[in-house]
Amino acid sequence: QGKFTLLRDTRTDGSFLVHHFLSFYLRAGCKVCFVALLQSFSHYNIVAQKLGVSLTAAKERGQLVFLEGLKSCLDLVFGEEQEQSGQPSPLQFMSESASNLKALFDFVRTSLTPTGSDSWKGPVLLVDDLSVLLSLGATPVAVLDFIHYCRVAVCSQLKGNVVVLVHSNEDSEDEENELVANSLCHHSDLILWVEGLATGFCKDVHGQIKIIRRASLELTAEQDHVQIYQYKIQDKNVTFFARGLSAAVL
Amino acid sequence: LVFTEEDKYGLYSNLLFKYFLAEGVVCGHDLFVASAKDHPDNILKELPAPLLDDTHRHELGEEATAVKCEDFHGSMKIAWRYQNLPKVEASPTTSTKFGHYYDVSKTMSPELSQSIKWHSFYLPEELSSQPKMKTCNMNGAYARLLHSIQRIIYQEGFDGSDPQKKQKTILRIGIQSLGSMLWGDDICSSDTPEDIHSLTKFLYVLRGLLRKSLSACIITVPAHLIQNKAIMERVTNLSDTVVGLESFIGSERETNPLYKDYHGLVHVHQIPRLNSLICDVSDTKDLAFRLKRKLFTIERLHLPPDLSDTVSRASKQDLAESAKLLSSGCGAMAIGKKHLDF
Repeated sequence: QGKFTLLRDTRTDGSFLVHHFLSFYLRAGCKVCFVALLQSFSHYNIVAQKLGVSLTAAKERGQLVFLEGLKSCLDLVFGEEQEQSGQPSPLQFMSESASNLKALFDFVRTSLTPTGSDSWKGPVLLVDDLSVLLSLGATPVAVLDFIHYCRVAVCSQLKGNVVVLVHSNEDSEDEENELVANSLCHHSDLILWVEGLATGFCKDVHGQIKIIRRASLELTAEQDHVQIYQYKIQDKNVTFFARGLSAAVL
Repeated sequence: LVFTEEDKYGLYSNLLFKYFLAEGVVCGHDLFVASAKDHPDNILKELPAPLLDDTHRHELGEEATAVKCEDFHGSMKIAWRYQNLPKVEASPTTSTKFGHYYDVSKTMSPELSQSIKWHSFYLPEELSSQPKMKTCNMNGAYARLLHSIQRIIYQEGFDGSDPQKKQKTILRIGIQSLGSMLWGDDICSSDTPEDIHSLTKFLYVLRGLLRKSLSACIITVPAHLIQNKAIMERVTNLSDTVVGLESFIGSERETNPLYKDYHGLVHVHQIPRLNSLICDVSDTKDLAFRLKRKLFTIERLHLPPDLSDTVSRASKQDLAESAKLLSSGCGAMAIGKKHLDF
């Protein structure tokens, strides 16, 4: 409860973790607000069905609030003026020169604030992925402010969880992205860091995942717990195993 | 969204671009061509002609049988360990036909290219005609291109919004040399461009348009000119497929015996992972291309056998470096940094 999880990927694609968390929280009965900036709704729906969850059903019963970034962006760029509806687009920062993500935060807050008839367990905010916001014109400070506001609203006030995906690269030239990723690392309770193998491409082992539990954030003077596994992604499943013990080798 | 990094002189990426459009013509798809450099009419006149099935299959068939004959002639004596490995196929097999083949030395007949509906966007013409429009803080040229694409998608019914205009075909969009100076963007000329987000915003909106409609798009970009590499990373993130073409013209690799059969390398930086957890990763990642008189082929990179008389070659160190970057699967020897001279 009240945890901030950071999903970070380097040299590979960590989106399978996003799919996992989405179906995990939906199955657990939580109310989920999913800010999906990179892919369309049908993509997530199809993968979720393979994992056993139906996103359309979850949307209909009000358990899932889905912000499809691509669609909102089209409405913003090609739609008529929206002053009459009174609801500013969550991606409004794209067309304004002041890049603050307040509209996006308001959207998140209104969708996760429990209404009287809700009976879901804790709220969850899921973001895929944060690096896209930088590409769309938000400054790193604005992105960090947005995450901070979300943490206050979701983790502290509503006792929910936040899961965010960022991309990063070791020798990346994208300094703004690295700034955001590193800063979030310091604030996270749990970091799942997915990396491509250092030895290069391999058919049987798709990468390695580092699980870092930030015990150092609590006041018990413990060190961070780091666990490293390797994984292979299959059509409906991901198998994890200890390093060097892939099924192809044994 | 297929994103292609151009090679230095743009020769081969242009070829790939034309292939994409030609495939569209042959399959009966609609086309949308956008360019700031060449007029789309000229681009369309220069599309390669499709090869008639019989002649080409005959040629490929001959090659395949010739290769098979060598196989039977003798089992390997020295490298017998390799005997059990499957034969490495240099070019795609003839049995699975996907798409069409094209003859680069001929241009497509006008009847064929006029048989489909095509739309064009030529930047110098557009700039003079249209009035100002909502730009979302984006470069004006990009904004116009987006509005133009969106208008075509809407009017021709590719987005399914109008039930009366049911579309049976898809729209193939080709955008040439995006990001270059001709589009009014200075990312290719300066390290700290004025608006660093124009290109990425454009790609994001384009991605939205593509996801919402029956269309596919190829974009070529002079990536070697973009000074700020952060932009390339963001762009890679926003595209489905990213392919880079590196030609050997003018570089030291042209005379390198390692690469003597090829004209350039193909770097596949990213492949789409759509609608599933996994993506279809091929076995090998080293691809090279060559332009024969009639065909443009992409093959696995083969190291030629090291048959020199002298023990060490002139650029052996370079060879070793490049060989280290290649994955195994070639039939040649492993070259290490140190040589054991006997």
